[in-house]
Amino acid sequence: MDHFPMQWGRPRNDTFDAYGTYPVAQRTYNGGVDAFSAGVQHTQQPIVTGTSVLAIKYKDGVMMAADNLASYGSLARFKDIQRLHPVGTNTVIGAGGDMSDFQYIQALLDELMIGEFTEQDGHSLGPSEIHEYLSHVMYARRSKMDPLWNALIVGGFKDGKRFLSYVDLLGTTYSASTLATGYGSYIAQPLLRKAVEGNEDTLTEDEAVKILEQSMKVLFYRDARSLNKYQIAKISADGVAISESRSVETNWSFAEGIRGYGAQTQ
Amino acid sequence: MFRNTYDSDNTVFSPQGRLHQVEYALEAVKQGSAAVGLRSKSHSILLALKRSTGELASYQQKMFRIDDHVGIAIAGLTSDARVLSNFMRQQAMSSKMAFNRPVPVNRLVSAIADKAQVNTQEYGRRPYGVGFLVIGQDQSGPHLYEFSPSGNSYEYYAMSIGARSQSAKTYLEKHYESFADCSLEDLIQHGLHALRETLQQDKDLNVNNTSIGVVGAPSMHEKTTGVSFRILEGEIIQPFLDTMIPKEVPGAAAAPPPAASTDEDVQMAE
Repeated sequence: MDHFPMQWGRPRNDTFDAYGTYPVAQRTYNGGVDAFSAGVQHTQQPIVTGTSVLAIKYKDGVMMAADNLASYGSLARFKDIQRLHPVGTNTVIGAGGDMSDFQYIQALLDELMIGEFTEQDGHSLGPSEIHEYLSHVMYARRSKMDPLWNALIVGGFKDGKRFLSYVDLLGTTYSASTLATGYGSYIAQPLLRKAVEGNEDTLTEDEAVKILEQSMKVLFYRDARSLNKYQIAKISADGVAISESRSVETNWSFAEGIRGYGAQTQ
Repeated sequence: MFRNTYDSDNTVFSPQGRLHQVEYALEAVKQGSAAVGLRSKSHSILLALKRSTGELASYQQKMFRIDDHVGIAIAGLTSDARVLSNFMRQQAMSSKMAFNRPVPVNRLVSAIADKAQVNTQEYGRRPYGVGFLVIGQDQSGPHLYEFSPSGNSYEYYAMSIGARSQSAKTYLEKHYESFADCSLEDLIQHGLHALRETLQQDKDLNVNNTSIGVVGAPSMHEKTTGVSFRILEGEIIQPFLDTMIPKEVPGAAAAPPPAASTDEDVQMAE
C-alpha cells in the first residue's frame, strides 16, 4: 500500500516529482531509459565498408573483380579483406557495403551449403538458387527495418549456363551481362557495357581479365575508397577460381600540377 | 482380432522385438485398393484401382498432385493421406519459394518418412495408416518411391501396394527388366496388366475405376504438351485400356471382352 495520496495514479518517476517531496526510499526509480533500447538495435548505417564489385559474362563463364579494402569511413582501415566469397562449387558472391553484414551472409550461406552437402543425394544449390535465397533474406531484413547493408553480385556457372545477378539491401534484384555495385555502377558500368554487351559469347578469358583490369584501374583513379590491390574470380565449367591479390600499373605524374596533391609551396 | 499384451502402445516392443501397432498400420495399407508404379528412363507412372462404397457413391480419389513434378498414389486411410500430401505440398512450395527450385523427390519422400518414424517412437501417437507410391522428376531424372507407415522409404524400378498387390508384384518382377527402355504407351500397358492382377474374379479395369498418373513427355493419346505430373481419368484412358492384351483364363472358353463400354450409368458397381 502506498500511503502517499500524491503518488496515487501517477507514474513513479522523477519527471513527476522533480522536487523530491517524498522520501527517496518511497520513490520508485524507472531508470529513466527505454528498457528495450539496449536489446533492439537496427542497422542505420554501414560502418566498415567495401566499395565496388564488378562482374561480366564471357565466353566460358562469369568473371568478377573486387578490391581488398575495407574502409572505416574515409580511413583505409583493412587492406587485406577478401570480398569475393565462393559458395559451393559453382558460385561466387561479391559484396560491397557493410563488411560485418557480409561476414554474416557468408556464415549464413556456408551453413546452408553444409546442410545441402550433408544430404549427399546428388542435388546441389546452384547460383540461381543461391541468388533467390539471398534476395529473400535481404528483403526480409529490410522489412524488419534492419537491413543487411550490402549490394551483392552473384555469379556462377552450372549445367553449361552462365548466371549473373544482383541483389541489394532493399531486396532489389536484376541481371545483365555486366554488373557493378556502388561507385563502380557509375564509373565502370558504362565501360563494361561497351566492352561486353553483344560479345558475351566471343570474349576470351584473357580479354575478360583485361576488361576488368582496365575498369579496376579507372576505379582506382576515381574512387577515393578504393585500393590498387584486388582479386579476380573466374567461374566456369572448371568450377571456381579466385586469384591471388594483384595490382595494376598506375601513373600519377599528371597530378603533380594539381593544387593540393604535389609538393607545392602555395 | 490379433489382440495381445503388447499391441496397445506403439512404443513398447513385443518379446519378439516387434512393434505391433506399426504392423497393424502396415495392415491398413494392405486393406486399401491397389496402386502400381513403374519407371522407365524417361517416365514414371502410377496406376491405381479406385473403389466406390456403392452404386450411389462416387469413386474414392486415389491420386494426388503434389507439385508440377511430383504426384502420389495412395493405399490405406485417405484422411491420413490428405494430411501427408498437404505436408508434401507445403514442402514443395517452400522449396519453390526459397530457392526457386522444384524440391528433389527423394527429399520429399524422406521428409514424410521422418514424420512417420516419429509416430512409431513417441508416446501417445499412432502411425499413419497409409502407404504411398511417389513418382516425380527432378535433376536426376524420373523416380519412383514407396513410402510406408513404418517410416521406411525405398526407391524402385517398379512397385505395387495395397490389396492383392502381391499378384501385381509378381507380374512386375517378371517384366521389370524391359521397363527402362519402354515407351510411355508400353509402360502404361505393363502397368495396366499388373493392376489387372489385383482384381477380383469377374472384375475388369474400366474408365471409371482406373486412374493413371504420369510424369514425362505426353503420349500420343494425350492432348497436353507439358511434361508435368498429370492424372488421367475417365474417357481419356480408354485408348490405353484398349491396348491391353486379354488375359488367358484357364478353363474359360473365350477371353473376357476388352475393357468396359463407355456407358457411365451402369458401370458403377465394384
